[in-house]
Amino acid sequence: MSEYFDEMLNDDGSLRDSYEEIGRWFNAQDVSRLRAKQREAEEVFRLTGITFNVYGKAEAEERLIPFDIVPRVISGREWQRLERGIEQRVRAINAFLHDIYHRQEIVRAGRVPIEMISENEAFLPQMLGVSPPGRVYTHIVGVDLVRTGPDEFFVLEDNARTPSGVSYMLENRETMLKMFPELFSATNVRNVSDYPRSLRRSLAACAPDCVENEPTVAVLTPGIYNSAYYEHAFLADQMGVELVEGHDLRVVEGRVCMRTTRGYRPIDVLYRRVDDDFLDPLNFNPDSALGVPGILDVYRAGGITIANAPGTGIADDKAIYSYMPEIVEFYTGEKPLLQNVPTWRCSDPESLSYVLDNLSDLVVKEVHGSGGYGMLIGPTASKKEIAAFRDKLKSRPANYIAQPTLSLSTVPIFARSGLAPRHVDLRPFVLVSPEGINITPGGLTRVALKKGSLVVNSSQGGGTKDTWVLED
Amino acid sequence: MLGKTAGGLFWMSRYLERAENTARLLETGQRMALTRTKNSAEEWGSVLKTAGVLDGYLAKYDEVDRDNAVDWLLRDVDNPSSVKSVIKQARHNARLVRTALTYDVWGAVNATWMKIDEATQRRVNQRDLPAVLELVRQQAALVRGATLGTMLRNDIFDFMRIGTFVERADSTGRILDVKYYVLLPTAFAVGSSLDNIQWESILRSVGAGGGYQLTYGQRTTPSDIAQFLILDQRMPRSLHFCCRKIQENLSYLKKDYGFAGPSCEASNTLYEKYLNRRISDIFDFGLHEYIQDFLNDLGGLSRQIEVDYRFYE
Repeated sequence: MSEYFDEMLNDDGSLRDSYEEIGRWFNAQDVSRLRAKQREAEEVFRLTGITFNVYGKAEAEERLIPFDIVPRVISGREWQRLERGIEQRVRAINAFLHDIYHRQEIVRAGRVPIEMISENEAFLPQMLGVSPPGRVYTHIVGVDLVRTGPDEFFVLEDNARTPSGVSYMLENRETMLKMFPELFSATNVRNVSDYPRSLRRSLAACAPDCVENEPTVAVLTPGIYNSAYYEHAFLADQMGVELVEGHDLRVVEGRVCMRTTRGYRPIDVLYRRVDDDFLDPLNFNPDSALGVPGILDVYRAGGITIANAPGTGIADDKAIYSYMPEIVEFYTGEKPLLQNVPTWRCSDPESLSYVLDNLSDLVVKEVHGSGGYGMLIGPTASKKEIAAFRDKLKSRPANYIAQPTLSLSTVPIFARSGLAPRHVDLRPFVLVSPEGINITPGGLTRVALKKGSLVVNSSQGGGTKDTWVLED
Repeated sequence: MLGKTAGGLFWMSRYLERAENTARLLETGQRMALTRTKNSAEEWGSVLKTAGVLDGYLAKYDEVDRDNAVDWLLRDVDNPSSVKSVIKQARHNARLVRTALTYDVWGAVNATWMKIDEATQRRVNQRDLPAVLELVRQQAALVRGATLGTMLRNDIFDFMRIGTFVERADSTGRILDVKYYVLLPTAFAVGSSLDNIQWESILRSVGAGGGYQLTYGQRTTPSDIAQFLILDQRMPRSLHFCCRKIQENLSYLKKDYGFAGPSCEASNTLYEKYLNRRISDIFDFGLHEYIQDFLNDLGGLSRQIEVDYRFYE
């Protein structure tokens, strides 16, 4: 028996129910045909231009995220549980954001220390007293989940700022439909292709009150060299809205307007894929060329909806993360349905000394880091790496949190030797609007392609899989 | 539509058109050089001049020779108008305006870049050149086919067409500008084989050898060739044809948008001034001056379009 939970196989090596169709289908396939299909899939991705740019590399460097043809399957029953848990968590996050930018009840109640808010870089004082339309802060959330057992799911990160990867969820499915139509006719897989339409509807439902006609939505991208540019263009295209950059926009008569061939036209809802800091050079980073001077003033006056709202980063900060069980309970009055990974805050001296004593067993992350950069994975790190990290940790303890190494579940990939288990995570995509919370049945499954590796980030050699949620 | 998007569409189409035109010039140069081995350098110099890249070439190389000229025109990324550079630029612009393009058009442009990039990794020798040039023309045809077959006929399409025909008129104009002397009545050494080759090369560089014969039969005179390249209404690379298309597409935009900037009127003026003419008038005025004035005004029109539709801030 393996020490990791295998999502496809039972301990005795038989197929789990949800994988029965796929297992049967796979065994009936000619391996050389599957190899050809795998190459074909990559060719499709290359021709479609589904690439990401690598930071720090030459401008021309566009890479493919490797795609594995074996789908990752989630049963209807499992999904229902996840859905309830995610919805609860996302409601709590929005209530938390509204609270800390208004009365700060949770601080008064002594459940979250004030320093966690006031000294947090992601907290924006400019948002104090501002109520976004419909009280929605996180219009789009991508909750990162990992699984360690039949019923054990953990939330790893909440990604409440600008989660990416949804284009892979959609393109992976399109590619699978094209390549293996027969597989879909044998299985009841829930559809994900409604996402762009739901996104547009959800964004439009959050338009400011002053908007009377069908709201004008636009996607704001940092530009063609951004690592997720493909996704920005893809989403704008699929929604049928404009893809704008900072230099296409300016504030005209109290509205944020885009320069069109017919003059400046107002935007009602801006789905921005630009970080807070770069959003408005007048209010934040004065050197930013990516944002719109004065947009925050228009926002505060109710002239535009920014999705996600500025200042949401405070909710997915890794230090705040450790308070999520309290946060969920405080705002929903319920026990959290999804578990948090136990987290040591290194700002706390007792936790710090525990972490320093157990570095080789722990994963240590930067509070504000993302993309798998700047983290230490104790069990696989060398002595030298651990020693170097120890020094960094000691000099800035508040900058780090530590978590136990989780035994991430595995799903097989189609490797050279045939099917081989690899570790995975899951990022479902959640839309929030006054009309409700919409969770697309599916998500992005990231897979660590290297044997034994626990790091699934695409910047660190991870790949993706199509994610199937079954109709029970 | 965003002004930036209109600009991206306009330039994407210009660059694609330029790639095809440069490929055709290369083919013509290659053929001329094979026919007239004595003056190969002179011929390549004239090709470089027509493509508007002679100065850049001379900054890099001391003298004109075939291999370097071909490399400069085809794949040198130091030359912003080499086939490789412009296809890269076209693809860059296509990425920028991805949301305005159909899946087919984007896929065709992206594949064009991938294929040309691969085919031009190393210097292309004389033996492989025809196949590479054929690839450029085929890919250009693929993009055009995808455009005509899948794009809505709206402002997006209009800006693409305007870009295409501004670039094409410019290209045909430049060919005439460099080779005008071959068409002058003073060069009326009718029937000399030298002239026949020159005339043929002009027609070849606009891909119109067959079309000319259909129209004029075996008779080849400088005046007919000039008539065909400048004033013919059916010849898709003539100045007349291109100018009409620019006018047409600007008028669609006017109708669509309910307003028109100065460029719309400027396109009518361009037509009236240069194309509502007889070929004898043009020769009387002076072919060379006529072409130079035309190219100047065309450049002005192109810049006015950029202003009218807010391509840049």
